[in-house]
Amino acid sequence: MEVTRIQLADGVYLTYLPARKFKTSLLSAQFVTPLQEETASAWALLPAVLRRGTVSAPDMGQLSARLDRLYGARIDYTVRKKGENQCVGFVASLIDDSFAPGGEHLLEPVTELLGELICDPVTERGRFVPAYFDSEKTNLLDAIRSLINDKRDYADSRLLQEMCAGEPYGISRLGSEATAEKLQLHKLYALYGQLIASARLELFYSGSAELERVEQAMRSAFATLPRENVGEIILAKPHPAREEVHRVEESMDVTQGKLGMGFSCGSDDTAALLMGNTLFGGSSNSRLFLNVREKLSLCYYASSVYHRQKGIITMSSGIEFDNFQKAYDEILTQLGEVQAGALEDWELEGARSTLLNAYAAMGDSQGKLENFFLGQAATGQVETPAVLAQQVREVTPARIFEAMKTVSLDTVYFLRGKEAAQ
Amino acid sequence: MKPTFYERIGESVHREVLPNGLQVCVVPKPGYAKQYAFFATRYGGMDTRFCLDGRWLDTPAGIAHYLEHKMFDTKEGNALQELAKNGAEPNAFTSNAMTGYYFDSTAHFAENLEILLSFVSIPYFTEESVAKEQGIIGQEIRMIEDNPDWQIYTRMMQSLYGVSTARTPIAGTVESISHITAQTLYDCHKAFYTPSNMILTVVGDVEPERIVELARRVLPREAGPVIPRDYGTEPEAVAQQESCLTMEVSTPQFLTGFKCRPAADGEDYLRMAVLGDMACDLLLGDSSPLYLRLYDQGLINTSFGGAFEMMPGVAYLYAGGDSRDGRAVAEEIQKEARRLADEGFDEDFYQQVRRAAFGSNLRGLNSFENIAVSLTEGYFHGYDPFRFPQVFDSITQEDVRAFLRENITPERAVLSRIEPKEA
Repeated sequence: MEVTRIQLADGVYLTYLPARKFKTSLLSAQFVTPLQEETASAWALLPAVLRRGTVSAPDMGQLSARLDRLYGARIDYTVRKKGENQCVGFVASLIDDSFAPGGEHLLEPVTELLGELICDPVTERGRFVPAYFDSEKTNLLDAIRSLINDKRDYADSRLLQEMCAGEPYGISRLGSEATAEKLQLHKLYALYGQLIASARLELFYSGSAELERVEQAMRSAFATLPRENVGEIILAKPHPAREEVHRVEESMDVTQGKLGMGFSCGSDDTAALLMGNTLFGGSSNSRLFLNVREKLSLCYYASSVYHRQKGIITMSSGIEFDNFQKAYDEILTQLGEVQAGALEDWELEGARSTLLNAYAAMGDSQGKLENFFLGQAATGQVETPAVLAQQVREVTPARIFEAMKTVSLDTVYFLRGKEAAQ
Repeated sequence: MKPTFYERIGESVHREVLPNGLQVCVVPKPGYAKQYAFFATRYGGMDTRFCLDGRWLDTPAGIAHYLEHKMFDTKEGNALQELAKNGAEPNAFTSNAMTGYYFDSTAHFAENLEILLSFVSIPYFTEESVAKEQGIIGQEIRMIEDNPDWQIYTRMMQSLYGVSTARTPIAGTVESISHITAQTLYDCHKAFYTPSNMILTVVGDVEPERIVELARRVLPREAGPVIPRDYGTEPEAVAQQESCLTMEVSTPQFLTGFKCRPAADGEDYLRMAVLGDMACDLLLGDSSPLYLRLYDQGLINTSFGGAFEMMPGVAYLYAGGDSRDGRAVAEEIQKEARRLADEGFDEDFYQQVRRAAFGSNLRGLNSFENIAVSLTEGYFHGYDPFRFPQVFDSITQEDVRAFLRENITPERAVLSRIEPKEA
């Protein structure tokens, strides 16, 4: 997989990945900006408002018609958290020119529309259209509130909120209900001006077109993008380890309890921690899967994630309310065994192959590639999947155990049922 | 293997039926690192009543899914771990009418495929291992019961269908799965996991002949009998018009469903699927006049969406999302269907949606899983899914209007709602 990265303007970069094997091309334009309590919901709202209309296609009907005619091209707005940055913008997917029945070129018109959505939104009296602002603000509030509907996601996000309270990493990608409620039309328009002028813009392309053609289309689409006081990318600060474990319990009318556990990691050997986490709870060969689920039948899922960009591990499981202590103890026992190096060779090699397979297969999915390279750019990293795979190949058992010994329990979150609450 | 090239979508499929009746499909994908294998049986959540060795059996709701979990157990240990050791990502799912086992990997493909074919065709259960799974699946059921999307969908199905086992939740209930024993699992395996009831699909940069050789070597020689199944005789009328549940959710949600006339197997099945999708897009897709109007009125938001689904003896169109007034949206959908059936579509709009639908079908071919599942469903229902461009060509405005006129009517409609719990 060849990656080309070029700078198109001050703080504007294009990551170009040629590929002929897909039916589609993928284009992305993402602003990278520090994740902050005060601005998170404004940035989350912005692409939704922009997606409502441009000067040349001023309502959703005309936008949809334009996209439909381009053989169902899609342009979706996205709001993502990468490290302690928030990335907002659009991802476009269009069928490859070779499949357009009339032999039309689709890359140029879709890129142009992408540029219009960002640089040329429809306005009324020098602001966004009030009706669009109002309805998207309502939708944003609904989206923030509806986090509670999926209890697994809700518990995972509550754990992060509690564990990283006071740190940007604890802020939800959509911001909070309280700040979203205060959003105002004129302020959002002013913020929009600031964002497009001064935030890093990451452009991405994967598909069969030549670099020159993609570069030309992007330059033309973003020709009017203002650029001034462009900020640097913010790197995430390490999570300060707690002296005493922070324990939180909530109750709701649910039938299954959700247990979340957050761990701080004192080591910065990321490849070793990645391996260690895979052994602990990152695959269907992991200690959590084999013991908490398969051996003790305590749950359907118990898995852990290593947050490479922040240097923490979080664990998530769904259990009977009464099994809290049993599951909690077993999870810590298994962590202890990984830390003590009580592992067999097949476990180590299995974890290694799992990670290598994931890196090797990344080039087969345009969506995964886009998400990966955005994450790298937004956290100031440059390794390609091949380089990360090489790092995983080189990790020794000794490094894994040493890194995992610095992992310590930081926060415990438990969601239980109303009847069962004390 | 016999290759067929599909020029309009740039794909080829190599097919062969083995002497034991197993259908094998290989879709070569040069340039991809990943290889994907999907091994499926025509047996799912709705196949609870069937005839084995001349005897009709009534099996507990959730048994196909339970069997799927237990199939990974082998005499030597667990196939999930065997595959994971090679870096493969194995998994399985059970739908209403199919159980599929799959993995993708970037190394040791032949070895992984052999593991897959072996563990799915050789059952190994003990009373102890079957009992142990109650806890795991019990928690899976608790998890989905707390999920409003699952609740609202299941209730919609139970309103649409009073008799058909399409109404049976795929995982069953904590109570129904408590009746499952090693013997019932062996019976079900014997009935449905036979080569003539299964299909193997491989997608990736592989040599088709090697796949066939391997399948021939590893799998049983006996084809297996045809198993009569009983899904119940479903009346044309809906079972109940409305259901409502209160849950811990932030906003009211709704799903409205329409009981459509099912299609017979063969190319008609594909044609009906494409027609239903087109009708759905034209009636309530993102660019439809109805969607734009309701979005502007704040009655729907981006959570709104619809789909057309088919399974044996069953077809339904449904739509829903968050809304402060789901009932009003459901009524607007019926009114709009009536209007479109009477007045027809603007020709530009119709052509635009057709183009978009073609693009979206083409986009689906990026996904190996999607390719494999489409070929599998096509095989089970006697059609070739890669003929979709030709089927699109054959559908006219008048066909879509007739579909709406017949199926999207108040008599065929149900409404399923979830209301937030009062604080």
